[in-house]
Amino acid sequence: MQGLDFTVVAPYWDLLLIGAWWTAVLTVSAGALSFVGGILFAVIVLYAPKIVAYPVRALMWVFMGTPLLLQLFLIYFGLVQIGIDIPALAAGIVGLGLHFAVYNADIIRAGIVAVDVGQTEGARSIGFGKWQTLRHVVIPQAIRNTAPPIGGNLIALLKESSIVSVIGIAELVHSAQLAISETFRPFEFYITAAALYYILNLVLEAALRRFERHVEVSR
Amino acid sequence: MSTQRPMVEVRGARKSFGAVEVLKGIGLSVDRGQIVAIIGPSGSGKSTLLRSINHLESLDSGEVWLDGVQVNQKLHGHAFERHINKVRQQMGMVFQHFNLFPHLTVIENISMGPIILKGMTKSDAHALAHSLLSKVGLADKIDAYPSRLSGGQKQRVAIARALAMQPKVMLFDEATSALDPELVDEVNAVMKQLAAEHMTMLIVTHEMRFAGEVADRVLFMDGGVIVEEGPPGDMFRAPQKDRTRSFLKKYLSA
Repeated sequence: MQGLDFTVVAPYWDLLLIGAWWTAVLTVSAGALSFVGGILFAVIVLYAPKIVAYPVRALMWVFMGTPLLLQLFLIYFGLVQIGIDIPALAAGIVGLGLHFAVYNADIIRAGIVAVDVGQTEGARSIGFGKWQTLRHVVIPQAIRNTAPPIGGNLIALLKESSIVSVIGIAELVHSAQLAISETFRPFEFYITAAALYYILNLVLEAALRRFERHVEVSR
Repeated sequence: MSTQRPMVEVRGARKSFGAVEVLKGIGLSVDRGQIVAIIGPSGSGKSTLLRSINHLESLDSGEVWLDGVQVNQKLHGHAFERHINKVRQQMGMVFQHFNLFPHLTVIENISMGPIILKGMTKSDAHALAHSLLSKVGLADKIDAYPSRLSGGQKQRVAIARALAMQPKVMLFDEATSALDPELVDEVNAVMKQLAAEHMTMLIVTHEMRFAGEVADRVLFMDGGVIVEEGPPGDMFRAPQKDRTRSFLKKYLSA
């Protein structure tokens, strides 16, 4: 039996920090995609003609009904077979981003529907068109009202991003595994990786709280 | 004045919600600078009539004209969208529940229309908003969010927002009905000021005294028709129809 000895981590500190950096990059990129995609999907499902809305709903249904791991395998390994070769990092961002976009879309859709119809009438009476009204009046309010659950999804995304290590992206868990394969010290490295995730989460939560406080001002 | 074309004209307006016909062939003409008050019991169709003038309700049949342009033209899809957006820019609408945008500050609420729809620069639009806010007595609230304002202040901002588009006509849909009684006067004062500046106005209201003070003409609506109309003095002192008399009795004795 080995005792715990965290000094083994020191030589791998740079590797772990680079891993944490890529986790942050993944979270920010996939998070942005999941946010923009969520708005886009919500608007399409609510307002687009059926010929556009139905395929998008089908896509959403597939993304919600299948595991993220399988989706990543399909995007990274599967698409190559039909001639679409995506770099691992891009596949990871797209997979994570679309997966969470579907969840965000459901939340934002509810948020849009909940905005008082008087807001739309107020905007239309000034002369704003349908899309201008959505863009400048309805969607900003829907986002503000649904900020807490969308923030929750972003935090989930940060943690779920560890799964893209399976397609070889050098994020935090991947770095920890690399270090473990050289040192055979899983406990120290997994604990350290967990601590780094926790710190990243604290930063993200602080940013979300800042946004929510900013939104509170207008209530 | 009478040879001029009317600023607002409604011809044969019909509208049903389901099986209920709320407008039964309304005709109405408002001259430039004229102030028309529309009174009547709840469900008489007065709000629907006002809302159909800027096409927030679409008529089943009949025509609405604004300054020689038909509002409810038989256009389709995008062509109608473009047309109605242009027409609405020329009509200011004030709602019972204000409908200010809660995510924007007072000055943003007012300047947004001119900036986005008229391509006005931000500084010009803010200058315009500032002068309108001074006019409605709220120059000190430019950076406040609507949630920090009283009902009367909100409604004055809403009037300023409508005026920022420099409309040809202002439509007021029970603008003071949601206000505490002590806040009604500050909104009425702004509307009187507009009247003094010869703004064309259609005012749907439950306040007979205010209607009497400000309107050139009063329309009494009931059951989807205009029962009686005339100058406020005649209407309130000597209504011709029984229905008008019994309605006014409830209000004027109160």
